[in-house]
Amino acid sequence: MTTANALHMGLATREAYGQALLEVGTENKDIVVIDADLAKSTFSWTFGKVFPERFFNIGIQEANMVGIASGLASSGKIPFISSFAAFILCKGFDQLRMGAAYPKLNVKVAGSHGGISIGEDGVSQQSVEDVSLACSLPGFIVCIPSDEHTMRAAVRAAAEIDGPVYLRLGRPKTHIVHEPGVHFEFGHSIEVRDGHDLTIIANGLLVAQALMAADALAKKGVEARVIDMHTIKPLDVAALERASHETGAFVVAEEHMHHGGLGSVVAQALVAGTPAPVEYVNLGDRYAESGKPDDLLEKYGMTAKTIVAAAERVLARK
Amino acid sequence: DRFILSKGHGVPALYAALAEAGYFPTSELMQLRQVNSRMQGHPVQGLTPGIEASTGSLGQGLSVGVGHALAARLDGKAFRTYVLLGDGECQEGQVWEAAMTAGNYELGSLTAIVDSNRYQLDGAVEDINSLTPLDAKFESFGWRVIGVDGHDVGAVRVALHQAKESHDVPVCIIAHTTKGKGITFMENNNEFHGKSPSSDQLQVALSQLAE
Repeated sequence: MTTANALHMGLATREAYGQALLEVGTENKDIVVIDADLAKSTFSWTFGKVFPERFFNIGIQEANMVGIASGLASSGKIPFISSFAAFILCKGFDQLRMGAAYPKLNVKVAGSHGGISIGEDGVSQQSVEDVSLACSLPGFIVCIPSDEHTMRAAVRAAAEIDGPVYLRLGRPKTHIVHEPGVHFEFGHSIEVRDGHDLTIIANGLLVAQALMAADALAKKGVEARVIDMHTIKPLDVAALERASHETGAFVVAEEHMHHGGLGSVVAQALVAGTPAPVEYVNLGDRYAESGKPDDLLEKYGMTAKTIVAAAERVLARK
Repeated sequence: DRFILSKGHGVPALYAALAEAGYFPTSELMQLRQVNSRMQGHPVQGLTPGIEASTGSLGQGLSVGVGHALAARLDGKAFRTYVLLGDGECQEGQVWEAAMTAGNYELGSLTAIVDSNRYQLDGAVEDINSLTPLDAKFESFGWRVIGVDGHDVGAVRVALHQAKESHDVPVCIIAHTTKGKGITFMENNNEFHGKSPSSDQLQVALSQLAE
């Protein structure tokens, strides 16, 4: 059983993204990478400095970047495009709709600095609606890996699948919650801790917080199952059904707006299958502000502590 | 070669050309904008043979063309990429993002054609948000610009040939056209922008075009 005590700090998922991009790009010469002047922040530069001929830093042009990726994919290339999640999804959305989702093209979108944990830069750079936007693009796989190992695996899986993929990368260093060789498939969640009193569904940074919460709950005699729901679309409905039958209560924790994120899709799936009470840990219906990442997560209520409180609320409703 | 109709609303003409070229039966043309048809109201990549980009949300086709031209360069392939834009469409900022990129990457295999008919939905381009001088704008982004009478097929062929011979920089052909050309009641009449003629008007128009 994974416990929070055993967690070590690993790489930021954006750094793992760059490393994985270099690995898959070394093996597959059809992979091309485009960035919009944030290559050092997104770590796409890790690929770019080794393969300059397959790397295009086109400047501050997110919409154009998506359009170019559409043309490259139409001519048989596998473009990985990256920027901050807030910019690529918000400024490139129409282009993703017309140039990737509608024609079902093999475009891989990496939105870095997702959530509020980018910190000091403030609201303009904090992506808190990217999951909702990406999920509204038909055919897109939408994935938020929780640590460096699953991020590397997700990049490899994205390169191997023929179709559009959205990956959210994070800015801060992230706790390692999985083994290096962890089995990873889009749409197949990973149970990181078993328990039968309730289930905590989380992704990204919140998986580590969920494990810490499970430790705290265990001290109170409550055994929480923790599931890393890295893929929001397609959702692992089978794991949810099992958890609903076996634990009968849920907390969904994510670094995103309340509407349209992991919480929404989990609730949709449960209501269509085996309904159970759900409590949510997320940003709510608002924006955050500048500050240190940990201070922001504390102030806006996305920590182990708020997960424990949500667990106690949902157990009272069981 | 690749052809991208960035001004996707012009797709009926493209469907007709593709049908004449044998991409699908001409009988299918009459299904335009009907349910269960491949003749969608705007171009759809992957649905209609010969359509190479989904367009209709203006301003996006030139970026897609840049992607094709980069792919050709990476693979050492000789195909050329042609993108047809509207003049009003050039008000979209993304057109200039793509123009800047194509110029800086010296994409000699990319040719843009601007159908300069001087009108957009709400009126004259010049009145709404002028693009003048359009040629100097493209030139300043590193393009070679060729102006032609868009109704003179011979002149258009010469311009396309010149574009094909240009390997160092992208070429923009500005095709000066008249909306409703050859039909007295339609020429430069913006009421027919996006509107079909009545059956009576159609008969008159067809007879005038036949003359």
